Amino acid sequence: MSGPAVAAPGGPAGVSPYEIAHLTHVRPKHYGRWIAAALVLAAFAAVVKAFVEGQIAWAVVGQFLTASAILSGLVNTVAMTVWAMALGVALGVLFAIMVMSPNPVLRWLARFYIWFFRGTPLLLQLLLWFNLALVFPRIGIPGLIEWRTVDVMTPFMATLLGLGINQGAYTAEVVRGGILSVDPGQTEAAKTIGMTRLTTLRRIVLPQAMRVIIPPVGNEVISMVKLTSVASVIQYSEILRNAQTIYFANARVIELLIVAAIWYLAVVTVLTVGQHLLERRFARGGRTQPRPEAGAEGAQA
Amino acid sequence: MTPMIVALDVRKTFGPLKALDGVSLEVARGEVVCVIGPSGSGKSTFLRCINQLERIDGGAIWVNGELIGYRREGDRLFPLSDREVARQRLASGMVFQRFNLFAHLTVLQNIIEGPVTVLRRPRPEAVAEAMALLERVGLADKRESYPAELSGGQQQRIAIARALAMKPEILLFDEPTSALDPELVGDVLAVMRDLARGGMTMVVVTHELGFAREVANRVVFMDRGRVVEQGPPATLLSNPSHARTREFIAAVLP
Repeated sequence: MSGPAVAAPGGPAGVSPYEIAHLTHVRPKHYGRWIAAALVLAAFAAVVKAFVEGQIAWAVVGQFLTASAILSGLVNTVAMTVWAMALGVALGVLFAIMVMSPNPVLRWLARFYIWFFRGTPLLLQLLLWFNLALVFPRIGIPGLIEWRTVDVMTPFMATLLGLGINQGAYTAEVVRGGILSVDPGQTEAAKTIGMTRLTTLRRIVLPQAMRVIIPPVGNEVISMVKLTSVASVIQYSEILRNAQTIYFANARVIELLIVAAIWYLAVVTVLTVGQHLLERRFARGGRTQPRPEAGAEGAQA
Repeated sequence: MTPMIVALDVRKTFGPLKALDGVSLEVARGEVVCVIGPSGSGKSTFLRCINQLERIDGGAIWVNGELIGYRREGDRLFPLSDREVARQRLASGMVFQRFNLFAHLTVLQNIIEGPVTVLRRPRPEAVAEAMALLERVGLADKRESYPAELSGGQQQRIAIARALAMKPEILLFDEPTSALDPELVGDVLAVMRDLARGGMTMVVVTHELGFAREVANRVVFMDRGRVVEQGPPATLLSNPSHARTREFIAAVLP
């Protein structure tokens, strides 16, 4: 006989309420979840049905999805994302180091850069770059080499400078946060084995800062893919602008916007997977602090 | 023979705090000196001045006959560049209380990082020497582990191997066993004892009075940024001449 000998109240006479071997656990039914799921599915189905029956020529979407103007726009969008991000990250690292420099002039200049380019709208910056010829009709090194500004400041160049320099101001803050996240003991250890400041930064601090820098920069790459669409206002022929050019001619506005949306989603999906893989790679080593327990010590002995 | 370290009237302030208030000390080649004292006495700061993790505000330090941190021209001292300071630091290796192994590198990479990146040694040679050092500290099987996968005692022994890989003239230990679980202290002290027997010049800031008694040639007691007294371990630890030293030893010894 298991359980206390004294019968607890509530059980049938003669049977101990502590006798549990014959009991069955009934799983909870979660009716609420089923109802919520059904409601949400119905609403979603209604939206899908509306779009399928709406005045959208899906055949046109299929037809333009792989049109050469759309594909070349896609290539330009991706290329601009890569170049603008590369410029942004390079400037971001440079200005992060400047902000943390012991030299007050460098620090001040870097703060000004971050203040200015974070404080004005991107669209305004793009228009400024694109219209630079109004300020400087000719640019170059005086007496050595010179160009007409309108020849240099093509839509590509203006977009690259606008997006890249703007991105640099945001990335500088991300990189600075990453560098600050690395334990100062790492820098000290690097100094004691004779590393200079720059070698320490390159070999020890930045690789560890990457763990903190990669996730936000990954998000910014994804934002950048979509931000490039702003360049359509200064005639850079990325995917949205090319879609617009087509619908100005054939009036299939929604169909072409859907085409562009599909490609943006495709690129962003690929990048999301890539970001995940990259984050896994830079998670190496993990924490700086030692584990308190001595488990590994015992295994070694 | 020139002493390995000569410190003369070294001063260091942090704001209003006089961390070092005129410290003078000589360490001979091959000597093992243990520096003891209450926390805040300046012993760690002094150690960090020897390898220029801190810049001194007054006095001077010579390591292996070379004035550190400054270049003397006539009666004026000019601070050295980052590159020259980095070169001077090669004379000393340092072992930290918190180990400070490079978290993104494996054990082997931690040890060869200095020899390959700083000393520009060929990689295979550096790896061979690193393996010999790992054998010496008893951790050859951990070469591919990351620091976070190791116990504190193992990390500290790797840190000692990393310092040794640079072939320094002096090893500086900043409370090397203070962050360790008691049962792991022995392994680290064993490695240090082995180094002392091998003739390495060592300055050890420690609370391990037992280790000091057994291994040190000389024990230095510091308090409030000054050297209060120094002498052979037997004398200083058993029969100190200053009341302050007596109090400290009585408080630390179990």
